[in-house]
Amino acid sequence: MAKVLIIGEHDGHNLNPATAKTVQGASGLHIDDVDVVLFGSDLDAVAAQAAAVAGVQRVLTVTHDDFAHPLAARIAPEIAAMAGDYSHILTGSTTLGKDLLPRAAALIGVNQVSDIMEVLDARTFKRPIYAGNAIVTVQVPEGAPVVGTIRTASFAAAGEGGSAEIVAAEARAEDPGHTRFVRVEGGGGDGPDLASADIVISGGRALGSSDNFAVIHSLAKKMGAAVGASRAAVDAGYVPNELQVGQTGKIIAPDLYFAIGISGAIQHLTGIKDAGTIVAINKDAEAPIFEIADFGLVGDLFEIVPELEKAL
Amino acid sequence: MKILVTIKRVVDYNVRVRVKPDGSGVETEGVKMSINPFDEIALEEALRIKERGEAEEVIVTSIGGNEVQQQLRTGLAMGADRAIQVETDQPVQPLTAARILLKLVEKEQPGIVFLGKQAIDDDCNQTGQMLAALWGRPQATFASKVELADGKATVTREVDAGLEVNEVDLPAVMTSDLRLNEPRFVKLPDIMKAKRKPLETLALADLGAEPAADLVATAYEPPPKRGGGKLVASVAELIGELKNKGLL
Ligand SMILES: Cc1cc2nc3c(=O)[nH]c(=O)nc-3n(C[C@H](O)[C@H](O)[C@H](O)COP(=O)(O)OP(=O)(O)OC[C@H]3O[C@@H](n4cnc5c(N)ncnc54)[C@H](O)[C@@H]3O)c2cc1C
Ligand SMILES: Nc1ncnc2c1ncn2[C@@H]1O[C@H](COP(=O)(O)O)[C@@H](O)[C@H]1O
Repeated sequence: MAKVLIIGEHDGHNLNPATAKTVQGASGLHIDDVDVVLFGSDLDAVAAQAAAVAGVQRVLTVTHDDFAHPLAARIAPEIAAMAGDYSHILTGSTTLGKDLLPRAAALIGVNQVSDIMEVLDARTFKRPIYAGNAIVTVQVPEGAPVVGTIRTASFAAAGEGGSAEIVAAEARAEDPGHTRFVRVEGGGGDGPDLASADIVISGGRALGSSDNFAVIHSLAKKMGAAVGASRAAVDAGYVPNELQVGQTGKIIAPDLYFAIGISGAIQHLTGIKDAGTIVAINKDAEAPIFEIADFGLVGDLFEIVPELEKAL
Repeated sequence: MKILVTIKRVVDYNVRVRVKPDGSGVETEGVKMSINPFDEIALEEALRIKERGEAEEVIVTSIGGNEVQQQLRTGLAMGADRAIQVETDQPVQPLTAARILLKLVEKEQPGIVFLGKQAIDDDCNQTGQMLAALWGRPQATFASKVELADGKATVTREVDAGLEVNEVDLPAVMTSDLRLNEPRFVKLPDIMKAKRKPLETLALADLGAEPAADLVATAYEPPPKRGGGKLVASVAELIGELKNKGLL
């Protein structure tokens, strides 16, 4: 039985782009039978979006008030209960995917393949280790489903034009009652989403304060870009945590990336290796960021960035 | 309440790891080894909880060969009360690690098991979630703030959308994110004191944890290199280059 289950991600209104990227990643398995399952309290809008993703055969909607906010402890047993029908269970390596899928994998009794960056065959995958300093090829032993997260920066989103059948499904597990959603505090922001933006402009420790970070926001606005940051900038409180790019933040693949006042630590570079073109602006000509930047400009960011904004 | 903190011995985060020329693995010979940074943060949080009077004992544990005793001693020097080494000369993958930890949990009955969100060698980000599943208890992953009251924990978690707050009943599994705290430095007298703290070694076989089927690594390779860059002399030149590539 070759059949793929993809756990779709959404916020109640929009399907997360990670889901279409996961569908694209799964296409490398060469398995035609692909289901997307959605858990939520009101799924009409997102189910229609999932059904339109090319390559999806069926969209399973599991509607229940318990799923108004996705909690791993509540959803993992649902996935484990469905696992018997599938050869592959995948989701994007978003924070939700990373939280949820290992819990399901343990209930199924398998190790997970984290951050799949390339599908070699139905049971063989490449994934990064050591902050991307090495790529390992792993084979999943026979006899149990493959459970894995897809590294979304490695895949484009599957196109639209699909017309999957939408099938309502029942919740099979119970609320364990020990875990409660309280709230989510999102920066939100108005610009494009960092994870899927075409252009990202990131600032580092060199910005020096959240007030100074305005030069980054301003350039981003002019260019229609999303704002990102190094860990140092987030730790110092210049910008909220969800803007961190890197090994332990967001792994992104924009067409154009600006690293401004960022030294280029390996943990940061891991997050941008798949960017199309990298521009670095740094006053230290020896900064490691210049080793991977396509275009480097040595100088003071507080002079260069406003000049750049004006010239655009 | 006891808090159990897991400590993995990993290549220090400052080391630039290289793949062996024959592709059989990564170079770890003669390389500096440390406590996984996330585990250090987890331990720091456990110590602060104890120092606030909300826990009585902090136990550190590591699964590995005798070399992990180094990292356990560092954990004791930071302030843990005792240490448990689960001895095995084979590296363990997350599901096996979780099954082993479950045996320790049954033995020690901790109120919190604190792990790192990910080990910076395998970058799996699985073990805590798996332990929580097998134990049938809550998981509060990627924690950046932990508050305890009335047998419950309110945990702020770093998620893609921002910060999510969950409330979980104890006992529970937590995994640390970077901004949870800044770990303390170990002082020399603490290193001396740590030598006298108990470090127990358990043979893996005696715990009775069933190993899971491992993923099989068949090849290692260095990441694809990005083409060499070019320095530009001015903003105008930069804009020209970007226009040339159709990016502006
Ligand atoms: C386990 C672990 C995980 C990590 N995960 C991440 C991660 O996900 N993402 C991440 O980014 N980091 C991560 N880090 C941290 C990482 O190691 C670096 O410490 C961090 O990326 C440094 O940020 P930075 O480049 O902004 O600061 P710095 O390294 O301090 O660099 C600042 C740069 O600004 C330049 N500069 C200063 N003033 C100016 C000016 N006026 N104009 C132009 N340039 C100027 C300097 O020359 C310097 O190169 C992690 C670390 C660990 C241990
Ligand atoms: N061999 C081990 N010994 C102790 N703790 C471990 C071990 N393997 C994993 N862990 C813990 O599990 C966390 C997550 O690891 P991983 O799932 O491999 O990314 C680590 O930060 C450690 O706290």
